[in-house]
Amino acid sequence: MTATVDAGTRRVTTAKAISEGIAQEMRSNPDVFVMGEDVGPYGGIFGSTGGLFEEFGSARIVDTPISETGFIGAGIGAAVEGMRPVVELMFVDFFGVCFDQIYNHMAKIHYESGGNVKVPMVIMTAVGGGYSDAAQHSQCLWATFAHMPGMKVVAPSNPYDAKGLMISAIRDDNPVIFMFHKGVMGLPWMAKNPRSIGPVPEEEYTVPIGKAAIAHEGSDVTVVSVSMSVQHCLDVAEELEGTTSVEVIDLRSIVPLDREAILTSVAKTGKLVIVDEDYKSFGLSGEIIATIADKDPSLLKAPVERVCYPDIPVPYARVLEYEALPTRDKIKAAIAKVTA
Amino acid sequence: MVDNEQRIEFFRQMARIRAYEAALQANYHADKTPQWDIGAGLIPGEMHLAAGQEPVAVGLCANLVKDDAITGPHRPHHLALAKGVDINKMTAEIYGRDTGLSHGKGGHMHLFDPEQHFSCSGIIGQGMPVAVGQAMAFARRGTDNVAVAVAGEGAANQGAFHEALNLAAMWKLPVIFIIEDNDWAISVARDTATPIKDGSLRGTAYGMPSQRVEGNDVEMIYEACKTAVDRARAGGGPTLLEIHTVRLWGHFEGDAQAYRGEELNEAAERDPLPAYEQRLISAGILTEESAAAIKAEAEAEVNAAIEFAKSSPEPKPSDAYLHVFA
Ligand SMILES: Cc1ncc(C[n+]2csc(CCOP(=O)(O)OP(=O)(O)O)c2C)c(N)n1
Repeated sequence: MTATVDAGTRRVTTAKAISEGIAQEMRSNPDVFVMGEDVGPYGGIFGSTGGLFEEFGSARIVDTPISETGFIGAGIGAAVEGMRPVVELMFVDFFGVCFDQIYNHMAKIHYESGGNVKVPMVIMTAVGGGYSDAAQHSQCLWATFAHMPGMKVVAPSNPYDAKGLMISAIRDDNPVIFMFHKGVMGLPWMAKNPRSIGPVPEEEYTVPIGKAAIAHEGSDVTVVSVSMSVQHCLDVAEELEGTTSVEVIDLRSIVPLDREAILTSVAKTGKLVIVDEDYKSFGLSGEIIATIADKDPSLLKAPVERVCYPDIPVPYARVLEYEALPTRDKIKAAIAKVTA
Repeated sequence: MVDNEQRIEFFRQMARIRAYEAALQANYHADKTPQWDIGAGLIPGEMHLAAGQEPVAVGLCANLVKDDAITGPHRPHHLALAKGVDINKMTAEIYGRDTGLSHGKGGHMHLFDPEQHFSCSGIIGQGMPVAVGQAMAFARRGTDNVAVAVAGEGAANQGAFHEALNLAAMWKLPVIFIIEDNDWAISVARDTATPIKDGSLRGTAYGMPSQRVEGNDVEMIYEACKTAVDRARAGGGPTLLEIHTVRLWGHFEGDAQAYRGEELNEAAERDPLPAYEQRLISAGILTEESAAAIKAEAEAEVNAAIEFAKSSPEPKPSDAYLHVFA
């Protein structure tokens, strides 16, 4: 569950970690190529393909027109013929224009074919808000993808996991949705938590898909989170050291969900807070609670607290958006409530 | 034919839009220093400005009335202003204030003004079918109103554009599709995104009158739009116009535009505003003084709108939960 490779001392941004992971796979595997809007000379709007065009050129780093159904479908076609495309959907919110290819095709072909056709592709996509990009450019939506069988879904919270998960995703024989929160990318033009820049080994390594990490060990309360919110949870856990012993579980993968890691931690603490920037209802937080209810509700010594995105579209004005977003203060209040 | 009074009005409208975009640009960046942060300042978030594209909005909207509809793209200010959206409410929306068009819920990419039948969307190409539906409503109710869908040339590679064209042509609806070809879709050049040099071919393919308009000239754009709008009002069905214009600034504010290279200097030379001003002065329609007065008036109006926005109250945090359902 914890890192198997010594991270070393080199510190890079999550964006750099992702592009480095892709580059290393491209060097060793000629079947890997990248396709998407502004992935070429621009290097990806959020830097996920920085430097790749310079090394691999336009034959393998392909800028596309704004035709998501077309180029995601093309990714599927290339994948079923044995290539390993990494296709960028610039913001996850744009899934609406291409979800048929994603869900009715990419995710179902392996099953429909009775296991005879594999679709080894990666869709990488930016998620999350916090900078007033409003209703159509700020959602997380991982539960939307996770709800539908056939796709793995990962969402790293730091550079180390991002590189390792990207390499795992490219090598995986299944379609993988790789969701990077804009706030974890370490972008020079967005406020960031220092945790978005961190130690990353130069060599190739994998982080297993479907394995959570104990990001901070503790015994009083379990805080389960994913992606950007993990950074807030870690800030809070460190701040509370000495008063409340907080165990932070970074899910890293949503599909498959590491239910064992959640159950083990809750069995230890008996208290649970879930922090999720995706919509509250019908989503990840409910699934986590159901996991415990299914297995052994008596593990819980107090009602669960959920710090999730309320069931509203993302508003533009900062005061409105921060009313809705998970914040450190809300996480602290939730921890205080379950441990009271 | 365009008369001199109209020419002065065209100039006034274009100067007003330019003053607006310039003021927003200055204000947007003013409080994002020293460490530039997209989420900071009184105007946070993405900002797509339309400097260079004023002739499209002004030439088009001179043919429209209040009850005609526009669905605009993520780069909407020029269209909103030319259509008649209230400058104060729009600016307050961009500042995230309670007095804004949407009480701060929408922001600059999601401006909604039902009075002017104006809306826009940040999802590329997706306003096009909506305009088809507005035209359906007008036709069913027997009005002579028209709906206009405006999008960039990048959007013409999106499926929704093609479906919308086919529907409008099939049902002979009063829709005008306007493609603003500013040569770029973020960093992707038009010529690398489609082999079609003349986008009017796409309208022809769906059996509708179509035209590519070169020159970024407000008078030529006005004439082309007039033909299209008149035809739609008279029940003659849809038109596609691809208008070659120019994106003078970055795709969004903060875009370093390294990908543009030399073309950026050429683009600056294609700025339609000084060109039109000079033309009207040379023709004796404006003088240096009257042109300066028009620009000063525009700046004053824009500054007043920004003052209105800045002095307006923010929404209450709990307002976030309002308006999910009617
Ligand atoms: C469906 C969808 N895909 C991608 C984007 C990201 N995006 C925003 S603006 C833009 C370029 C649009 O180019 P164009 O339509 O030519 O308009 P312009 O920006 O040049 O005005 C892109 C790709 C989006 N908003 N929606």
